[in-house]
Amino acid sequence: MAMPNSLLWAVDIFGRIYTLSTAGQYWELCKDSQLEFKRVSAVKQCCWGIACDHQVYAYIFSSDVPIRYQEETYENQRWNPVGGFCEKLMPSDRWQWSDVSGLKHQQLDSFTLPSPHWEWESDWYVDENIGGEPTEKGGWTYAMDFPATYAKDKKWNSCVRRRRWIRYRRYKSRDTWAKITSHDDPKQLPDPFNDISIGGWEITDEPMGRLSVWAVSLQGRVWYREDVCHHNPEGSSWSLIATPGEAVQISCGPYDLLWATLWEGQAIVREGIDRNNPQGISWTTVEPPSSENGILHVSVGVNVVWAVTKDRKVWFRRGVNSHNPCGTSWIEMVGEMMMVNVGLNDQVWGIGCEDRAVYFRQGVTPSELSGKTWKAIVSGRESDRSQTGSSTSLLSAGCFFSDDVREQMNLIVESDADISSDTKGPQIQPNLADTPLSGAAASVNGNNVGSQSPEASANLAVDPLDSSPEEASPASDNGDKAGLEKPKSSADQDPHPAELQWTNIDLKEAHKRPPLSASTFPETSSLSSLGMFSAGVEEQYDTDEHPLWAWVCGGGCLVDSHSSLKWFTLQSGLLSSVQSLSLSISPAQTAAWRKQIFQQLSERTKRELENFRHYEQAIEQSVWVKTGTLQWWRSWKPHKWTDVRVALEQFTGNDGMRDSILFIYYMYHEEKKYIHVFLNEVTILVEVLNDAKHSFALYTPERTKQRWPIRLAATTEQEMHDWLALLSMSCCESRRIQGPPSHQAIWSVTCKGDVFVSEPSPELEATPHVMPCDQMFWRQIGGHLRLIECNSHGIVWGIGYDHTAWVYTGGYGGGFIQGLASSADNIYMQSDVKCVYIYENQRWNPVTGYSNRGLPTDRYMWSDASGLQECTKVNTKPPSPQWSWVSDWYIDFNISGGTDREGWQYAADFPASYHGHKTMKDFVRRRRWARKCKIITNGPWLEVPPITLWDIAIIPSSAADKEESIALWAVSDKGDVLCRLGVTQQNPAGTSWLHVGTDQPFMSVSIGAFHQVWAVARDGSTFYRGSVSPKKPAGDCWYHIPSPPKQKLKQVSVGRTSVLAVDKNGNLWFRQGITPSYPQGSSWDHVSNNIRKVSVGPLDQVWVIADKVQGSHSLSCGTVCHRTGVQPLEPKGLSWDYGIGGGWEHITVRGNATEAPKAALHETSEEHSANPTDLEDGENGGKGNHSKATLMVNEGQEVDRNAVNC
Amino acid sequence: MENRWIPIGRMTDDKDVLRDVWFGRIPTCFTLYQDEITEREAEPYYLLLPRISYLMLVTDKVKKHFQKVMRQEDVTEIWFEYEGTPLKWHFPIGLLFDLHASNTALPWNITVHFKNFPEKDLLHCPSKDVIEAHFMACVKEADALKHKSQVINEMQKKDHKQLWMGLQNDKFDQFWAINRKLMEYPPEDSGFRYIPFRIYQVTTERPFIQKLFRPVATNGQLNTLGDLLKEVCPAAITPEDGEKKNQVMVHGIEPMLETPVQWLSEHMSYPDNFLHISIIPQPTD
Repeated sequence: MAMPNSLLWAVDIFGRIYTLSTAGQYWELCKDSQLEFKRVSAVKQCCWGIACDHQVYAYIFSSDVPIRYQEETYENQRWNPVGGFCEKLMPSDRWQWSDVSGLKHQQLDSFTLPSPHWEWESDWYVDENIGGEPTEKGGWTYAMDFPATYAKDKKWNSCVRRRRWIRYRRYKSRDTWAKITSHDDPKQLPDPFNDISIGGWEITDEPMGRLSVWAVSLQGRVWYREDVCHHNPEGSSWSLIATPGEAVQISCGPYDLLWATLWEGQAIVREGIDRNNPQGISWTTVEPPSSENGILHVSVGVNVVWAVTKDRKVWFRRGVNSHNPCGTSWIEMVGEMMMVNVGLNDQVWGIGCEDRAVYFRQGVTPSELSGKTWKAIVSGRESDRSQTGSSTSLLSAGCFFSDDVREQMNLIVESDADISSDTKGPQIQPNLADTPLSGAAASVNGNNVGSQSPEASANLAVDPLDSSPEEASPASDNGDKAGLEKPKSSADQDPHPAELQWTNIDLKEAHKRPPLSASTFPETSSLSSLGMFSAGVEEQYDTDEHPLWAWVCGGGCLVDSHSSLKWFTLQSGLLSSVQSLSLSISPAQTAAWRKQIFQQLSERTKRELENFRHYEQAIEQSVWVKTGTLQWWRSWKPHKWTDVRVALEQFTGNDGMRDSILFIYYMYHEEKKYIHVFLNEVTILVEVLNDAKHSFALYTPERTKQRWPIRLAATTEQEMHDWLALLSMSCCESRRIQGPPSHQAIWSVTCKGDVFVSEPSPELEATPHVMPCDQMFWRQIGGHLRLIECNSHGIVWGIGYDHTAWVYTGGYGGGFIQGLASSADNIYMQSDVKCVYIYENQRWNPVTGYSNRGLPTDRYMWSDASGLQECTKVNTKPPSPQWSWVSDWYIDFNISGGTDREGWQYAADFPASYHGHKTMKDFVRRRRWARKCKIITNGPWLEVPPITLWDIAIIPSSAADKEESIALWAVSDKGDVLCRLGVTQQNPAGTSWLHVGTDQPFMSVSIGAFHQVWAVARDGSTFYRGSVSPKKPAGDCWYHIPSPPKQKLKQVSVGRTSVLAVDKNGNLWFRQGITPSYPQGSSWDHVSNNIRKVSVGPLDQVWVIADKVQGSHSLSCGTVCHRTGVQPLEPKGLSWDYGIGGGWEHITVRGNATEAPKAALHETSEEHSANPTDLEDGENGGKGNHSKATLMVNEGQEVDRNAVNC
Repeated sequence: MENRWIPIGRMTDDKDVLRDVWFGRIPTCFTLYQDEITEREAEPYYLLLPRISYLMLVTDKVKKHFQKVMRQEDVTEIWFEYEGTPLKWHFPIGLLFDLHASNTALPWNITVHFKNFPEKDLLHCPSKDVIEAHFMACVKEADALKHKSQVINEMQKKDHKQLWMGLQNDKFDQFWAINRKLMEYPPEDSGFRYIPFRIYQVTTERPFIQKLFRPVATNGQLNTLGDLLKEVCPAAITPEDGEKKNQVMVHGIEPMLETPVQWLSEHMSYPDNFLHISIIPQPTD
């Protein structure tokens, strides 16, 4: 399973905070544990808590990407005839130092750090970038007067100028509990805090990482923390929110649910929470299930509310959703809990009333939100692992659920209840902490790694009871029973010098077990050196000393029905966290027994077969046929789906190789006819799933030219996958392709997210007689990706639609390719999330204003982006049956052009360009609704958490040394530029990110063979990174490169020496004038139009995804094209060769360093680029062929509907 | 397009074990029993027998060969014998070889009989339907142990047929396309419910040992082949400092006792989904 690890947080009765990873099996003590806490509330990126000093603390996880905030101020100057531009401004002018509007005076030294948790990154400096274009040195921008539009050039009438100063501050208190300080007036400050809940991140994306932080003070008042977001993790101030009564506890869901409990036992529900008003508007009161037992505790998710009443009964609120946050009625659930907590995916945790264990609600799914049963989490604490007893002996001793332990829990329960209401607590708490249970046992036994006997562990179980006399009395009532269950332990019991006794037993028993653990794990030492577990430890659990919990929070814990958790069974170390090992090495693979089996089998084959190959086989090989009924997209007009009989004949050729023919039998004017395809001619099989048909397309070189594949459809998805799996296996077999792709492989992804790989033949780049790229054979690799990048050392990374980063594991197969055509190892579950969009369209009329009554000629009032298809909330389905909805429909505010507060965009008429505010000329408006859907598949990919990415680049080739680190750059989905450290062939996932500072968010990055790093910012400005080398992986500074005239670049690719870029209008540009001494080059040269993406390889070969490629049957969008005629003297190439498409989204040829067999390329690129005259020639050559260089376009023609579908 | 560019980088994958197991062959020499009456001299017949198949399923050619030299009336039910032991057709061939003939020179010399069918030792095999019934019964029993029969019961009739046809026609892909489902287990478990295994010893009267045995111990550790033997057949294990007296053999190899039984079950079971383990005396050289 490749789901990212996330954490469940809990507080034990001593106020210590622990986390339990979804991939782990032990509770780990929070790193910074100087304080004792009473409450925590966690989300993915942070956790807030209330410590025993009643102050609020925030624990912000560290990340490779810093939290940095850009402060800016403007320096303004006016020209006068005497001194030229100077600080002297007119009295009516703005301040000499001001904000961007000029209205606010802000001098450089007026900026201070907001709290002790921040530090300055550097001093102030001038920004030399205006709208993606570099300014002159000094950064001044000029205008006629304030306020005005500024330009980078000084003109005769430029009377004023200004420049922007920027300085970054950085949040430093990460991975630690940082006290939230308030700058508010001390009189306004909240009284001590009693409860806290954070959530609300789904309400809006603006600003990034926004969170709702709610707190309740001891006096029962409710507070909202203003301005908590990624750049301001502490927020700015507390606002008092009036409540109808004294609040006790509060719970804030991921979206707009917010409930609190009142002292009198009712719940109050916040109404009117939305993106414009995250604090909500008003409270509504909800009565408890029964008047005698008020609500004690409440917890909310996206669509659920759970509550605990004073009698500890657990309740589920029926009918809760965004539109009805109060729900309809209470349902009583089984079990008695101290508290419950709703986490991500509406999963539920609770703390058992009796045993103080953390329980997980099993079986919570979107269709069954109340789940099925409570299941106890039995994980021990990390700190206990080095102690005492094997789990088997303990379980057989029965102490885990024995009554004596439970009695003690009840006692603690009572005392804890005291803590929350009055001041008796502190007396009891240290008392408990002093028992050997927590302190002495750990310290003494921590040194004894060896296993213990049942006697020793049983001893431990009862000792705490004896150590403090007033606690022993309830236990003694059950003394008989305990004695029966543990006859030995009670006999041996010696209450006082307990520590000594344990030590003795430890020493005695330590000799008993080692032989067994040694024989069971012959390779323990090597495994433990990989950091997995240490010898013998896997056996030890401290079940009797199981933690007693006070609070649990799953707000950051990602669990769903596919998760396999190791929390519920006491497992051996061997089975755990295999994935945490470096890739492609699982313990089973390295084990001696496995090697031995492989070796013996091959010896056996040699022994039993070598001298007897001339013997006759007992079973004759024969032709094998699979037949079936499919539908075929008829090749003559009118095109339609037609029932056909299909047969695949597999036969064994004389050379022992298998080959296959696919026959499709159809009726033509009542005459039986067939078409047949030799599978060794098939170049690709592509699934074309939509909600109506389970179909796939089959291409040959001829059909690629025509842009007209054979399309077949099955009645069920399973049937289609059976056919696809068989056909693709037969194709691979007939081409003798087996196993994982080579390091040279060319990878691509379709707009459906399917991943394909092709093995390049040497002729592919053999100028002038290249192999046409429509002959390339593509096979599918499981997984779902938006983008993929690789290099010639087998490092392959991908990014999903949800921006998750994935690294290739070295496997093959996955997805529908199951069983034998798929590797058994290295295939993991993969998921991806994307949005489906529909549009709500309205027209203005004088009577009712905007309404859903359009003109008869108008588009559908609910439609797709084009307006041509009717798409309502009800009839719109996920893209294919593989996808399932994971959210409800919501208004999407992140649409180009902007929206008003309700998400509307206005225009004069349909179709038009839309803007985010209403004007007099607007008569129509639309808004976009989005709904998230999720696919779960599998493939040879492992997630690289936690930073989500937008773009990746891997150095196309570098030293072949396996140990040497390989340069990998990336842009995060937030626009941060990152450099991955520790990427080697052994460890393709690398170790950590190095953040590379930029002054604006980026969108594309690429690195060439000699560490030339080029990158494009979101504003279209292009940068070259200076001084990047293996020793200095992040380089030193950015050089701003002017864009092509009037164009904004969006993507760049750097090969060996060539640099090519694509702009937002689909033009492909080649960077001229690059030399070793001037790596930035001199100018951009136009190469082609209609380009969506470019990939430049290690041979400087140029491949693109192009739009509007003409086929003999139709036009296709998203087509793989190869630039032909690329040579050292002709780096721009001459013309395009068209490959597979349409519907292709991305290609990377950066692994293909396979030179042509004749190796005619004796000139190195450096020689040529160092020679300016050569460059001139190259340029002329390029221009001479300009007409050919442009893609053929026929705007009028219908776009290929057979393609994968863009 | 040429096939010159076969990708590199084949690793030793666990699937290779499945292939090796499937394509195991025993070179065999069939000789007619001396007392059988022939019209002409019967030449021996040489054949590569699939280890995973059944004698009666792959010996049509042998029967035809010897029929040619015999009188029609003498051709009755064929049976096989090795060094005095009648060979049970309902045991897989590889098991018969490991149990009775490992550590002997190849080819394996099997004697062919038509007369004197040993009623007390062998079952009759009137047709291949009987073999199919026996095979499917084993598969079902194995799935009862592994998955409480859930997987096999969810399969369609044609899937069952495909398993059988795959075995009968030696179609690895065809067989494993279905059989892989029988080898799956829920990700939250660490293996099957019980491991379907049978342990055979020539030295005892008992045909085989079969008990309930879980792949994972109660303490969460994976049970190994050693654990299995220790529990069900302790005599087979060499004492700590003692001399090795027995060989523990599956498919002609001796896996290490540290091998997890779950892995063995997934990769080295016979097509009937059972691990057939032979315990044979260590050859003294």
